[in-house]
Amino acid sequence: MSITYLEAIREAQAKLLRDDERVFIYGQDVGGAFGGAFKATKGLAKEFPGRVLNTPISEDAMVGTAIGAAIEGMRPIVEMQFADFSSIALNQILNNAGTHYWRTNVPVPITVRLPSGGTKGSGPFHSQSMESIYAHYPGLIVMTPATVEDAYTMLIEAVAIDDPVVYCEHKYLYYHLKADKLPTEGVPTGRARVAREGRDLTIVSYSAMVHEALAVAEQLAGEGFEIEVVDLRSVKPLDTNTVLASVARTGRLLCVGESFPWGGVTAEVTARVAAEGFHLLDAAPQRLNAKDTPIPYHPHLWSAHRPNAKEIARKARALLRE
Amino acid sequence: MLQTAQRQSKTKKPAPPHERFLEAFRWMLLTRTLEEKLVSLYRGGLISGGVYIGKGQEAVSAACGLFLQKGDIFAPLIRDQAGRSAFGEPLLDVTRTYLGSRQGPMRGRDGNIHRGRPQDNQLAMVSHLGAMISVTVGALMAKRFKGEKDFIGLACIGEGGMQTGAFHEGMNIAAVEQVPLVIVATNNHYAYSTSNDREFACQDLVDRAIGYGFEGYSLDGTDLGACLEVIGGAVKRARAGRPPQLVVASVLRLSGHGEHDDASYVTEEIKRELFARDCLKVAEQTIADLNLIDAKTLTEWRKEAAAKVDEAIATAQKEAPPEADKEDWCAISTRDLVDSLE
Repeated sequence: MSITYLEAIREAQAKLLRDDERVFIYGQDVGGAFGGAFKATKGLAKEFPGRVLNTPISEDAMVGTAIGAAIEGMRPIVEMQFADFSSIALNQILNNAGTHYWRTNVPVPITVRLPSGGTKGSGPFHSQSMESIYAHYPGLIVMTPATVEDAYTMLIEAVAIDDPVVYCEHKYLYYHLKADKLPTEGVPTGRARVAREGRDLTIVSYSAMVHEALAVAEQLAGEGFEIEVVDLRSVKPLDTNTVLASVARTGRLLCVGESFPWGGVTAEVTARVAAEGFHLLDAAPQRLNAKDTPIPYHPHLWSAHRPNAKEIARKARALLRE
Repeated sequence: MLQTAQRQSKTKKPAPPHERFLEAFRWMLLTRTLEEKLVSLYRGGLISGGVYIGKGQEAVSAACGLFLQKGDIFAPLIRDQAGRSAFGEPLLDVTRTYLGSRQGPMRGRDGNIHRGRPQDNQLAMVSHLGAMISVTVGALMAKRFKGEKDFIGLACIGEGGMQTGAFHEGMNIAAVEQVPLVIVATNNHYAYSTSNDREFACQDLVDRAIGYGFEGYSLDGTDLGACLEVIGGAVKRARAGRPPQLVVASVLRLSGHGEHDDASYVTEEIKRELFARDCLKVAEQTIADLNLIDAKTLTEWRKEAAAKVDEAIATAQKEAPPEADKEDWCAISTRDLVDSLE
């Protein structure tokens, strides 16, 4: 048997609905026989009547409703059809959910699922990675699972966490990533994972870019370099210790993210390593992101817009030569 | 169909049910006394940040709070002191928040009218208008999920907030979910300094009710009797399982947007409108006309209100402010997941 990243997300939600009557799923097209634009909730409306609910195209109100329900004791999961559209709900996520515990001492246990990242042909409004925006604001947990196992266990954990969680699931991984079976337990959120050990260079990444980094590590192994790949798993909290420990072993850092280049997760990781691990570095820390333009539609342009294995390898080689 | 905007006849004056009228009047009186005091503290430099009062809107607001029961959800906005008090908010919550006591519900982390007690069903508003409508809807859905009975929600908004996207989404989703909700929209004729003609172009805001699948009602918000009847009626219908209710009350904001604002843009012409009356004075006149209480009792009530307010202020003033080095600076409840640079 094999299970995809997308099936893991569906299975996690089925388990959550089965095990916890406080859970309900709220989003566009998630209900009925349709089961969501990506089928992440397929069959769940039938299995759990009245708990997988279609909503109007109202991202602000979807999250607002989830916040109200969470304050009143429920554990709602909101599915954004695409991460890009969560911009409409920014106010509810950042200003309402993100501030609520701090202001009132009452936590808001909502989970907002963001189908994130690029797939070819999707263009400027169906390809975005929003994790850096959410991580920037206080009061939110931001998860970026890169494996089938993490997609499953972290979603279950997201719903259990009393605070608002932005769960960024990568659309490219939906079908491309498979595991033999679902895990019974996972690594807790907040702890990064060393996805591949090495001693010459640390590539820190998360979500789909972990797989690009692993491909580069494999490629450069053929050239005699041992590259360590760290999968952050969650970008907030950010496991600085695991990153620093890796840099202590390798002396070199390249941080790769799919979102836009100005600021963001890669800048944060680089800044932390520069500030706290400057003495560990044998070369200036580097980072690689998408280009500073909207995400292009045509596959020729799109594949050059986001960091890819070729570009990561080029950057890695340059860093290894320093 | 039932989803028709109905307008209350202007000629019909219902006889106020005296007991409820007087109860509401006392909340109005307490609010006016409290807010006048807050204004003088602000002018004396004793309050950090702004002071936002509900002068002219107390009748509408008191009626909102008065009809809610324990277990109902209340989402007040910035001019709803009367409703907050009638719903059960202790005066100390107000004075502690304004005066910066660390014992207040917001502990110095948020100020003035953003305070709330969500654990007691009084939601804590954010400044982004319209946002609390869908939050109220969600709280009502949760109650329905949990199998609770006999609850409603009441969310306040102004004509300014009615023009936001969040309001539109909130109204629509409320009707889609068919939750027992009352929206009380107070048209105080100014969104900060902007008058109605630059806020909306429909003939009457209550006409929007039918478009959302709400039942709509209008009222003169300076008439406490009308407020009690119309808002009370809307609450009753929501409780009875009717579609969501929209009540649009007409008043004039008898203050600045906040106390930093002298409201010099309010025209002399608009001040002569019927809706520009002071609802507290109108209610007092009704009390005198119908001889509901004597002058001595009214004086007693005033004194009582002043004493309560003075006590709440004195208590809060004695309390320590929050201290930065004792603050835990932690925005999430799951301590294990705090993002730490160490």
